[in-house]
Amino acid sequence: MPSFVINEKCDGCKGGDKTACLYICPNDLMVLDEERMKAYNAEPDMCWECYNCVKICPTQAIEVRGYADFTPLGASVMPMRGSEDIMWTVKFRSGMIKRFKFPIRTVPEGNVKPDGGFGVGPGTLADQLLFTEPASLKADKLWTLSDAGRE
Amino acid sequence: MQEFETIEVTTDLLIIGPGMAGSGACVEAAHWAKENNIKVTVVDKAAMERSGAVAMGLSAINQYQGDNTPVDYLSYVRQDLMGLCRDDLVMDISRHVNGTVHMFEGFGLPIWKDAEGNYVHEGRWQLMINGESYKAIVAEAAKTAVGMDNIIERVFIVKLLLDKNDKNRVAGAIGFSVRENKFYVFKFKACIVSAGGAVHVFRPRSTGEGLGRAWYPPWNAGSSSYLTTTAGAEMSSQEVVFITGRFKDGYGPVGAWFLLFKATATSASGFDYMGQGLAEGGELHNWPPYGKVKPIPTCLRNHLMMIEMYKKGDGPILIHTDKAIAKIAEKAPDEKTYKRELKKLEAEAWEDFLDMTISQAVLWASKDVYPEKGPSEIMPSEPYFIGSHSGASGAWTSGPEDLQTGDSKNEYFWGYNRMTTVKGLFAAGDGVGNSSHKFSSGSFTEGRIAAKAAVKFCVENTAMPQIDPAVVEKLKKDIVAPLKLYEEHAKYTTLGTATKKYALPVEEVNPNYITPKMAMFRLNKIMDEYVAGWGSQYNCSKMTLGIALDLLKLLKEDLSKLAARNLHELLRCWENVHRTQIAEAHARHKLFREETRWPGYYYRKDFPKLDEEKWGNVFVNSVYDEEKDEFKMFTRPKLKLVDIKKVVGM
Repeated sequence: MPSFVINEKCDGCKGGDKTACLYICPNDLMVLDEERMKAYNAEPDMCWECYNCVKICPTQAIEVRGYADFTPLGASVMPMRGSEDIMWTVKFRSGMIKRFKFPIRTVPEGNVKPDGGFGVGPGTLADQLLFTEPASLKADKLWTLSDAGRE
Repeated sequence: MQEFETIEVTTDLLIIGPGMAGSGACVEAAHWAKENNIKVTVVDKAAMERSGAVAMGLSAINQYQGDNTPVDYLSYVRQDLMGLCRDDLVMDISRHVNGTVHMFEGFGLPIWKDAEGNYVHEGRWQLMINGESYKAIVAEAAKTAVGMDNIIERVFIVKLLLDKNDKNRVAGAIGFSVRENKFYVFKFKACIVSAGGAVHVFRPRSTGEGLGRAWYPPWNAGSSSYLTTTAGAEMSSQEVVFITGRFKDGYGPVGAWFLLFKATATSASGFDYMGQGLAEGGELHNWPPYGKVKPIPTCLRNHLMMIEMYKKGDGPILIHTDKAIAKIAEKAPDEKTYKRELKKLEAEAWEDFLDMTISQAVLWASKDVYPEKGPSEIMPSEPYFIGSHSGASGAWTSGPEDLQTGDSKNEYFWGYNRMTTVKGLFAAGDGVGNSSHKFSSGSFTEGRIAAKAAVKFCVENTAMPQIDPAVVEKLKKDIVAPLKLYEEHAKYTTLGTATKKYALPVEEVNPNYITPKMAMFRLNKIMDEYVAGWGSQYNCSKMTLGIALDLLKLLKEDLSKLAARNLHELLRCWENVHRTQIAEAHARHKLFREETRWPGYYYRKDFPKLDEEKWGNVFVNSVYDEEKDEFKMFTRPKLKLVDIKKVVGM
């Protein structure tokens, strides 16, 4: 069932104010059974396999088993997402393993500036300039219709 | 049924749906709002960190102008959409989009660079990125800009509210929390609808556990279209769907294979349908002027594939990954260089999947697919509504004042950029019609454009519109009706009285109501079989569309009998109400345009050709009258704001 939760590993995030998988699922699929303090995917056939629950789970309790109506059993694709990069382990049905590592961000989480470092430009509500322009365009001015054909 | 508490939120500007476009709106609105003492509030049905179409990530930024001009970009978009796009909207995004991409880099999105420090292009307009955290990074900028105190997550907006004294003025929005028994009533001067496109209107290819594996995300439930349409806003190009050719079943991206590795595709017997289609006397020449010029429009690329699969029966379509890799090997001077080169390309190909369609990686691993050993199947998808890609459906909005000609100023400009025909109601991203090919970066850009204009609107229209309390009370009753209906009738059947049923996703059979999932399946079946889904090989006619409209009428009546067992299912109920609205609008638009303009997206079998004279220079628009439940259909002119001398390709 697309994403599934391993019984032994899930602690429901100890019922904190935000159970991680419930917090993140873009399609509202995860449910916390408060009696057992275990989370589960309650609507697996609406799962996009986006892996956000897998990536966020603090106890690595969530994995994905490919959609049963077209995916043969036996393979797995597992991420380990760090603060700067993500490591993927792809295990084939044959047993072969491939590993890939990709960067995910160059600015540490919590340090993103909404102006992207370009500051505030000279625009006003009366003109067409967005607030970081023209600096963010890396151009002197914003293009307009009278510039057409002059390039 | 437990009582629902009502939370009232009064603000100036409400941003509905902070995906890529809505996040752009947050970043831009926050700046102008601060300067002008305007309050901005954001509402998301999910968690902003991973909401919207980019929730999984992306492996490329598909719109970057670089040194190309907005006219160059327009030439490409106009060609790809078979002549129909709003020149002003497309050029507007194009002129701003470089700034957005540079900001993304500043936010910390890793964009690939070559040894000289230049961006690595996948194609003319496309940049390669390490985009696993694309949405998380962009959302962080948006959240920081607006402030967490002004962001409300896990609230689904059901409907917009109009001013009680002016039916052409938006005044509020109503929705509910999907986690607590709470209604949310927002009162505002303006709002931006950026609530995504629509998926699961048509039947997807997989209908078992893989039901959710659509190319575009299943949480795109047609909310942008529903919210603007039912507020009375003029809608445009609702007949234009998007169908994409992707790796079969997983819907994994083929861009890297086609653009980076120069792979080719053929029919099963090896027919080079693209090459032969373009050659003198080939199929593409039946679709002048668009078929004769490169790049081949997206719909025509599908069309060539569909001829092989459905007309000739020469499927499946194969993408020759093995040959592409072999060619790379041939070019390498020695074995060591080849192995190094191959390893790099292999990582790039896998990253393409892992960044944005992990299912495809799961599928290749499960089937032991080795791209160097043989070809893979590609398949046209089910139709989607997506104003940001090679689709065009959405609201009819004002464009920017300075990109108009004398003629277009009367048709395309009414005061505020990206405002719909309803005062105070703005749209962005998949919510805007005929503003195609903006993808993630252009959607963010369009959100920024709309936000600046919406703040201007708030500054210039200081009076707070009034919502009608009686309307709000009625809507509250309507919103929770599915919960009430379930409670009233569940005990009629044995399953309804079983304990522990919530632990399992069980569908209940009861003559008094319909579950949201079955309502969706009913919609999917109608659309697939009569409105040109894959099940009808993308064909429809006046007769089939008429049958669909009759069936949709019955479905719409039955939507008042939707039942929900919990808040999650209540969300699903309302999502399917939203889906059904765009489904009907779509069928009516298809019926109205009596030609086949986008072969490969759909065929009107009773009007199988392009009719350039009658339909080549008009958009099909509609206005929905909710009280009468009637659509008014009409055309608007497609004005060419600049002369295109040469089409600039990919």
